[in-house]
Amino acid sequence: MDNFEPEIVAFCCHYCGYTAADMAGTRRISYPSNVKIIRVPCTGKVDAIHLMKALEKGADGVYIAACLEGDCHFKDGNLRAVAHVEKIKKTLEDLGWEPERVAMMNFSAAMGQQFAQAAEEFTEKIKALGPSPASQATSKAV
Amino acid sequence: MITAEQKPLQEILGYIAPYEKILVVGCNECVTVCAAGGRKEVGLLSSAIRLNSAKAGKKIEVLEHTLERQCDPEYVDQLAELAGQVDAVVSLACGCGIQTVASQYPIPVFPGVNTKFMGASESQGIWAERCMGCGDCMLGITGGICPIARCSKSIMNGPCGGSVNGKCEISPDVDCAWQLIWDRLVELGLQDRYEELVAAKDWRPAGGGGPRKIIREDLASSKIITEDNA
Repeated sequence: MDNFEPEIVAFCCHYCGYTAADMAGTRRISYPSNVKIIRVPCTGKVDAIHLMKALEKGADGVYIAACLEGDCHFKDGNLRAVAHVEKIKKTLEDLGWEPERVAMMNFSAAMGQQFAQAAEEFTEKIKALGPSPASQATSKAV
Repeated sequence: MITAEQKPLQEILGYIAPYEKILVVGCNECVTVCAAGGRKEVGLLSSAIRLNSAKAGKKIEVLEHTLERQCDPEYVDQLAELAGQVDAVVSLACGCGIQTVASQYPIPVFPGVNTKFMGASESQGIWAERCMGCGDCMLGITGGICPIARCSKSIMNGPCGGSVNGKCEISPDVDCAWQLIWDRLVELGLQDRYEELVAAKDWRPAGGGGPRKIIREDLASSKIITEDNA
């Protein structure tokens, strides 16, 4: 699987995670194109089912990029997101999947550099894990 | 409401292992409120089943549906078409709903939740037992606090010697129901009621007399009443 290029979905909060990604772009800091960003008004609205559906549809890794703790625009949406991520990690463990395929990250709007670095590291981690069972099944079906 | 918790995933996966096409059915009533078996949980469980099949390299088709109520035959009738397409059903309703579905369709119906108790919400995500359905409510003489459901021994005249600083001897996290009752009676100025001894309870209405049934003659059709009494 040397040429494996994972599909990664990142749910990014409009106020921080997404703006940090934008900042990375503005500063011409590149990060892997494997990461597909979905902008959400607040990560508190990213439900467990969204993480599961992303994996089910073939994402090899999924993460949530939220505001720093204490900085949520809607008070505690990022803390709700943590709870959802933990729940799905537990579900993946129960199913024999690697729980590392799901992650929680926190950025301020100014952390473009850190966003790019985290995207790079997460992509490398998923590459090391290899394709998810669902993405393997999907590619076989194709 | 009736509270429930999802069963361990592996138990559910074990039930459905022999089947290739299953239906996961939720209920929009109590189990939706306690986040165990509503539409969202149907989606999550179905998704988990699909992820499991991908891991196991097994092909399984999962249909999803959530009924307005699973403990009424009229609503369960709506499953007829879907039930005809699948090998088995996983129901996320309470035990009442699971049995209603099982009674209407000739395919295996498996529980996806463990039904726990009749409870009330203490705060978001926390439910506590409040009623055991004893069939002879005594809240009127206990200040609105149930000694049957909330006293570990369900004693009629408490507290017992295990009450320490308002807590039950079984756990420092459990309030002594009889301490709560006393405090409430004091608050209401009804301490005199505490002096009235409650006679030994007749447990027949609580289920000690066998499975219970309510027949409302003003609501039930006469045919059903006649059959029932035959």
